[in-house]
Amino acid sequence: MGALSFVCAALLCLILGFLLYESWSLVADGRWLSFFSQTGWYPLEGLFGMTPMIFASLVLTFGSLVIALPVGLACAIFLEFYAKGWVKKSFQSLLNLLAGIPSVVLGLWGLTELVPLIGQIKAPGTSVLAGAVVLSLMILPTLALTSYAALTSVDRSILAGAQALGLTQKTQILAIAVPAARSGIMSGVLLASARALGETMVVLMVAGNVVQMPSSLFAPVRALTANIALEMAYALGGHRASLYVSGLLLTIIVWILAYLASYLFNKGRTVSHD
Amino acid sequence: MIVAETLAPRLSEDIIESRAPAHIKVNELAIYYGKKLAVNGISLSLHRGKITALIGPSGCGKTSFLTTLNQLSKLNNQVTVTGEIHFDGENLTQNNVDLLSLRRRVGMIFQKPNPFPLSIFKNLDIPLKEHGFKNRAERIEKIENALKAVGLWDEVKDRLNTSALSLSGGQQQRLCIARALVLEPEVLLMDEPCSALDPISSGIVEELISSLRDKYTVVIVTHNLAQAKRISDYTAFFWTQNGAGKLIEFNNTRQLFSGPKDERTAAYISGIKG
Amino acid sequence: MIDRAFSLGIYAIIALVIATFGWIIGDVIIKGISVVSWEFLISEPEDAGRAGGIAPILVSTLYVLIIALVIALPLGISAAIWLAEFSQNQSHTLHVGIILDVLAGVPSIVYGLFGNAFFCIYLGLGYSLLSGGLTLACMILPVFIRTCESGIRSVQSDWRLGGLALGMRRSVVIWKILLPAAQPAIIAGLILSIGRATAETAALLFTSGYVDRMPESIFDSARVLAVHIYDLTMNVTGGDETAYGSALILIVLIILLNTLAQGFIDSWFKRSGHYR
Repeated sequence: MGALSFVCAALLCLILGFLLYESWSLVADGRWLSFFSQTGWYPLEGLFGMTPMIFASLVLTFGSLVIALPVGLACAIFLEFYAKGWVKKSFQSLLNLLAGIPSVVLGLWGLTELVPLIGQIKAPGTSVLAGAVVLSLMILPTLALTSYAALTSVDRSILAGAQALGLTQKTQILAIAVPAARSGIMSGVLLASARALGETMVVLMVAGNVVQMPSSLFAPVRALTANIALEMAYALGGHRASLYVSGLLLTIIVWILAYLASYLFNKGRTVSHD
Repeated sequence: MIVAETLAPRLSEDIIESRAPAHIKVNELAIYYGKKLAVNGISLSLHRGKITALIGPSGCGKTSFLTTLNQLSKLNNQVTVTGEIHFDGENLTQNNVDLLSLRRRVGMIFQKPNPFPLSIFKNLDIPLKEHGFKNRAERIEKIENALKAVGLWDEVKDRLNTSALSLSGGQQQRLCIARALVLEPEVLLMDEPCSALDPISSGIVEELISSLRDKYTVVIVTHNLAQAKRISDYTAFFWTQNGAGKLIEFNNTRQLFSGPKDERTAAYISGIKG
Repeated sequence: MIDRAFSLGIYAIIALVIATFGWIIGDVIIKGISVVSWEFLISEPEDAGRAGGIAPILVSTLYVLIIALVIALPLGISAAIWLAEFSQNQSHTLHVGIILDVLAGVPSIVYGLFGNAFFCIYLGLGYSLLSGGLTLACMILPVFIRTCESGIRSVQSDWRLGGLALGMRRSVVIWKILLPAAQPAIIAGLILSIGRATAETAALLFTSGYVDRMPESIFDSARVLAVHIYDLTMNVTGGDETAYGSALILIVLIILLNTLAQGFIDSWFKRSGHYR
């Protein structure tokens, strides 16, 4: 049986090992550093400037959070303070259903419904905005349900105290309940951003895939993950290695986010026990 | 339904000694959690067919001692035991004891009734199967006898296939006793078997325990001094000394309660301490 | 007054969420249902998928899923049992737990990179259903193990002690008492895994590939439903209609598989006579 945990550890080593192995030709001679200094992505000519794509990934993730966080919080507040009985149950299962929609289907919907709408405002439609909106739909259930759990675990007596002071419901919620639940909400935010950052299909399908620093919300961009999906099929040599480096980079960022999330989650738990 | 305790005149200690030879003989037993001494100085004889009560304040090692008798203490690899427990010519503190057959011969009843989340029938059937009773008719007969012995047969004979968890707390505890009896053990260990039950169920279970006298060697941990007085033949008094539990006094119950030799025993049984 | 504005704001956002959700689902159902027919399910794709059906794609999807589950389920449940029941070394359990959480956080496209390098090239399996299934197995294992482990851990230790005190072998206690009691967690883990595996696209793009022919063996390259939707949307002009048909089938398939998994496990445990 102990061999099984060995299998798990081996799997991690294998994954890391092969990512490193495949990207080694660029890491070993220090060429990977040029990913951040070179401006252009012309892999066939040996120019691997990844900065625009890293930036695009970050902007898309951030944008999706800007949209999804207030909406997610509103959903959580609705579930905790407004909805009762079957309304609450059905809204919860709606969120679960939304969480279950495959990202490729969200991408399909985004490309055929949302992108033409945005295109009417400013062509081509596939853009930072489209990517951020569809990503926000993808992470909304995570955000809403984790924030809801955080709100539910807020000590009831704090709220009773606020009520006894005659505070309005708005103040009770925004000034007392939400701040008391903030570490749980933050850990949800970090988990959601890790998902958004690691997501491939949505950004690949609706963000436009042009390698550039975006000049506006309507500019098409190419995220790091989309780049891997687009070029893996024909990449060779240093080009292929550069894709593995970007995979490694993504993984490390996502791990850091996940680590912070679990740190905050545990911190929130110990605080609430005080 | 349950055989009432016969009010035979109590015999003097030495006569009991000769009639009821030691079934389990414990010699200078000490239990350590990690490096910390938990209980020490336990030397006593558990007499065949008699009920021995272990009394004393919480945390003085009564339950720890109980679990060394069926070696359930081995589950926690922090626990080390020194000294000797002689049971039928075997020293249980040695490492070569066959745990499965030992635990078949030494049954245990826990504080909280713990019937498996199975049917009433299967609760008794699975242990029987496990111990090699292949003939179904034989198992059915044993199960019926065990349920009759605990006075549960008439209450459950029409619903043997319903969940054991649907029984009341007192019925669940009697089922657990039946589950131990069905394996025809020689010794029964009971860890506060009545403390999680309501007064009426508690009374029924107590009567049941009394009825097991002569057929089984019973060791019962109890915080209820009146109960210890009512049902036990021998009483062992534990007390915490210098942060570790210690066996202070062991005698036949009547003598221990009427003329305690140690002042701590005297204080405890008169309700001054603990 | 301010309070009322706040409440209205909340209700407006909820309405927006419901409307958007309705838009997405309605879109998939309305556009999908006009394409879906029995013919669609049992015929080969024609004209790069613009016409015809999705029979080979459905078959490939099921192949990949079955391979992934056949590998991941036994491995996952045994690893969970080991973590929850046998590992006496606390720090060891903690380390394995951290490794699993780290693995669960790896983006799926990175699993694709790994699968391509390890299964396709290093092990020489090439673009194939087997490579894809194995890659998915690696991807779903961490989450599956974690859910099962916490399920088994949360089973009352009273039952564990009760079984052992009756002189039952540890394996019997686990198999007949603890596992069935952990059933809800195992089902939840399984449903989560099936959902993730069936919907996965990025990890399969360059492990199982995108050949849309009927696979003849697990060593053939083949295209799963999610990849088919992606390909129709992005690379085939005029492929939207069949893409929506496939999307509808994908969602129905996930729901169907979840119901099946639930029913299968329910009946398996019912036979073992467990109650909740």
